[in-house]
Amino acid sequence: MIDRVVPLLYLTAAVSFILALKWLSAVPTARRGVIVGAAGMALAVIGTLLKPEIASYRWIAVALVAGTAIGIPMALMPMTAVPQRTALSHAFGALAAALVGTAEYYLRAPAIDRFTMGALSLEVLLGFLTFTASLMAFGKLQEILPTRPVTYRHQNIFNLSLFVLAASAGVYLVIRPEAAWLFPVFGVLALVFGVLLIIPIGGADMPTVISLLNSYAGLSAAAMGFVLNNKLLIIAGSLDGSSGLILSVIMCRSMNRSFGNVLFGAFGQVQATPAAETRAVRSATPEEAAGILQVAGKVIVVPGYGMAVAQAQHKVRELYDVLTKAGVSVTFAIHPVAGRMPGHMNVLLAEADIPYDRLAEMEDVNSDFPQADVALIIGANDVTNPAARHDRNSPIYGMPILDADKARTVMVIKRSMSPGFAGIDNELYYMDRTLMVFGDAKTVVGHLVRELAGGSGHA
Amino acid sequence: MSQDLELGLYVFVLATFLGIEVIRRVSPLLHTPLMSLTNAISAIAIVGSILVAGEQKTPLSTVLGTLAVACSMINIVGGYLITYRMLRMFRKSGKDKR
Repeated sequence: MIDRVVPLLYLTAAVSFILALKWLSAVPTARRGVIVGAAGMALAVIGTLLKPEIASYRWIAVALVAGTAIGIPMALMPMTAVPQRTALSHAFGALAAALVGTAEYYLRAPAIDRFTMGALSLEVLLGFLTFTASLMAFGKLQEILPTRPVTYRHQNIFNLSLFVLAASAGVYLVIRPEAAWLFPVFGVLALVFGVLLIIPIGGADMPTVISLLNSYAGLSAAAMGFVLNNKLLIIAGSLDGSSGLILSVIMCRSMNRSFGNVLFGAFGQVQATPAAETRAVRSATPEEAAGILQVAGKVIVVPGYGMAVAQAQHKVRELYDVLTKAGVSVTFAIHPVAGRMPGHMNVLLAEADIPYDRLAEMEDVNSDFPQADVALIIGANDVTNPAARHDRNSPIYGMPILDADKARTVMVIKRSMSPGFAGIDNELYYMDRTLMVFGDAKTVVGHLVRELAGGSGHA
Repeated sequence: MSQDLELGLYVFVLATFLGIEVIRRVSPLLHTPLMSLTNAISAIAIVGSILVAGEQKTPLSTVLGTLAVACSMINIVGGYLITYRMLRMFRKSGKDKR
């Protein structure tokens, strides 16, 4: 009986996952999607638990309780920590796949057919390398590890050879599954490769890398579906895999870079930019800045990772409120790679209660900049650098940028004149129309709010 | 090529195409929740993990399976909850109707 019901439950789960992603396309239906997806997952888990093959529930129960106990705090992390949390969850997902693959190998080998062993090798390779790579990404995002790219001589050749070695071990195991001594070596090679893959990658490339790891974690789950001959796993895994792939392509395109360049390019460390010549910038006090904002009709805010670091999003909301009340139109211009993961800025601003219809994507908002009185840049840098448009020697040449330089006044809130992540000087700062407001984003925006909220003498 | 395998490959290819078509339509506004949701969905690996942990064929497989169940459960609970939490934060402005 149960054996007939379970496949139907799995089918229902697969349908619910597809609907969940379909409904995620727009905000009004998105929450429904999550609920349906969770319900499908519950059905699949219950169905599996009822299978007669299960001899004992003891360890399963322990694991379910432990997983829930760790999962809940991971869901309650602050929104600024979402990139780290996501990296960590990719690590868990990939580890689960790798462990099941390992268990299956020792249960079945050497009496395992070639194809299953091929899928198993892929599952273990992707699983283990994504596990350590995601942990490294987590370390970099949490700033336990240095966020700057770490490079050494012949790094790419070394990494590539290690990958070839790991892949050959996998292939050898497919040909000779009885070579049990090789399996642990294979696993360790994959683990080490994952670490080395992320070492040369810097913070600004994290959106692409996280998306890529998302894809790998999904593909390892799909490979597991082939090993266990479970269609639900194949469907869910390939949905995750294609989602990660699309996001990585979008991220790469938004930086005008290729996958290879992100993974092997070690952005930012080559250009030491010895532009030590100190060019003149116009700086302004928060009082002066507030005076300009007060008489503006249209303000476009460009948030970047610096806003997240300074935890300034709630102050930005206050600024939004006070300006909106004064009749100023305020829009937020979101660059696809702003922040440390796809959509990072949107989530932070939504958390701060800024209505999502005020958040505009790059293509939609760029035509508005010439009409804007003020472009207010908070913690963003490279995504506004006009050099991307015309300077062929710039490392970010060709990257689509936000046209903040076309606004009547450009206001930049920045801690100091130190160049951004990529180590590139931003010529936007030296324009005549640009005012630099130096200071911590949270403090400066708070100051602006106080000035604008009255008592500033402008009344 | 066995029939299971052939069917599996069909499912994989079709699901990938479907995934690309469905996910392409997701607004960039929601790319972070998208990633946490797909991550939760791929934690369906719990199905395989439960079987390995529950069949108790060898001590090794039980240990590995149990760990895998815990890892997947973290992603299921954490993934769906945080996605829901994020989506609850997205609200429209009162006056702008679009």
